[in-house]
Amino acid sequence: MDDYKILPLGDRGISVEFGNEISVEMSRRVWNFCRCFQKEKQRGVLDVVPTYRSAMITFDRRKVNYKRLIRKIHACAGRGEVCGESRKIYEIPVCYEEEFGVDLEQVALCSGLSKEEVVRHHCKNDYLIYMLGFLPGFPYLGGMDSAIAVPRLREPRVLISRGSAGIAGMQTGIYPVDSPGGWQLVGRTPVRIYDAARKKPVLFEAGEYIRFVRIDRKEYGQIQDLEEQHRYVCNVKED
Amino acid sequence: MLHIITPGILTTIQDGGRYGYQHMGISVCGAMDEMSFRMANMLLKNDEGEAVLECSVLGPELELGEDCLFAVTGADMSPVLNRCELKNYHVYLGRKGDILKLGSARNGARSYIAFAGGFRLERVMGSCSTDLKCGIGGWQGRKLAAGDELELADPKTDLPFLYKRYEDVALPQPEESVTVHVMEGPQSDCFTVEGITRFYTADYTIQQESDRMGYRLEGEVIPCRETADVISDGIVFGSIQITSAGQPIIMMADHQTTGGYAKIATVISADLPRIAQLLPGQKINFKQVSAQEAAKRARRQEKELRRFQRRTN
Repeated sequence: MDDYKILPLGDRGISVEFGNEISVEMSRRVWNFCRCFQKEKQRGVLDVVPTYRSAMITFDRRKVNYKRLIRKIHACAGRGEVCGESRKIYEIPVCYEEEFGVDLEQVALCSGLSKEEVVRHHCKNDYLIYMLGFLPGFPYLGGMDSAIAVPRLREPRVLISRGSAGIAGMQTGIYPVDSPGGWQLVGRTPVRIYDAARKKPVLFEAGEYIRFVRIDRKEYGQIQDLEEQHRYVCNVKED
Repeated sequence: MLHIITPGILTTIQDGGRYGYQHMGISVCGAMDEMSFRMANMLLKNDEGEAVLECSVLGPELELGEDCLFAVTGADMSPVLNRCELKNYHVYLGRKGDILKLGSARNGARSYIAFAGGFRLERVMGSCSTDLKCGIGGWQGRKLAAGDELELADPKTDLPFLYKRYEDVALPQPEESVTVHVMEGPQSDCFTVEGITRFYTADYTIQQESDRMGYRLEGEVIPCRETADVISDGIVFGSIQITSAGQPIIMMADHQTTGGYAKIATVISADLPRIAQLLPGQKINFKQVSAQEAAKRARRQEKELRRFQRRTN
């Protein structure tokens, strides 16, 4: 396969572009490329960032062997093979009660469903993490039920609390940190998606899955307490 | 120890940047003007990537809690030690109780204050750089405020060849319109031929809403073929995005890791320090160069830096 492009991002970065669409197949190619590329460490390579349809590689020009870097990119990008298809699913507990799901009523109204049905739809699917970006640990998720797709708020909120789960168009996601934003909020998770003090600052990676598990206010409090003491361990399933 | 009396407009702790976490959405940050930052550390025989204070536009007033050698580089903020005027790119010995004060920038935008031996700071994900958006790194993840007390790691009062640790360097006064060299961007095909021509001929003015994340520019609108929105992909320091309104934004040190505007060009690494020293209101124009030319300019800059190191060490 030589249907990819190597595009320079100035003299310190390269984008290896595989196409121009958002799809599971496209993303698989990107992740496979990244996995292959990172199998061996190369001196001077600083970051390898998978995105929807390309991989960004940044490097220190003073340390990197540029010709070797390009050879390695060709070697990894040309491989069409798909590695093991085991799916890693993170179960993220979400409390959908009124206190947190401030836009749940609006979403229900918009989609012509009851609030209960919206929650059930939101918990139903496993969401594929296409990429992380925009904020630390912010997952770009795919796989949401179109029945609960609703537009963004006309006026973005100035502050959305960490852990809020929201919907915008065909996308759903969680805010890993307090941030302004325009997504319609359906619930909140007590789990810290992102914690700078943790050895692995972000829970999950691109290519893994998220499943929302409904919890009540009491469980929310319990998990929150555990998180405060850094004792909560997120449920992870593999299939 | 370093006691902050007044913090200036935006004084943060920065080092070479936080690498290896961009795939999690965590920005690199780090010093905006890499040259001035490295020169400050070279003068003091620090590790080149040691954390320093980056001061924007109006500098801070500090009281030294112990004796230590220090140097100021980058923009000229008329530094004063007690009542004595100092020169940029010279190493001085500050004594306990001395007050170092930086004023407003007379040329350039950012000054760097480095101390021999560096700061005692906890690294977050391998770096001391302040990430203002995430509130991590540097001093409590924020810009410095009055009353903050920073600890020096290993303050030094003597260094080998102290007598030659200086050079009379001044940032160039920017011309009426500064020429910025760029390489073709990954989505330059999103724009019409006319759009591309305009980008390389018109003058663009740096807008007030410009910061460590990005410089917003205004000038002739750059039309795109269909849409300037692309599927989000990676951004580097120097990526030039064109917004839906057809105006360029140069992504700077605190840039987000991914973005969905089409990237028309990328500033070459050798020109980034220069842009980092420009202020709102300044005009710039873009000139396209090849990858070879970009690499040549980067090598030349590196050589200059090494020569500076040899002369002053």
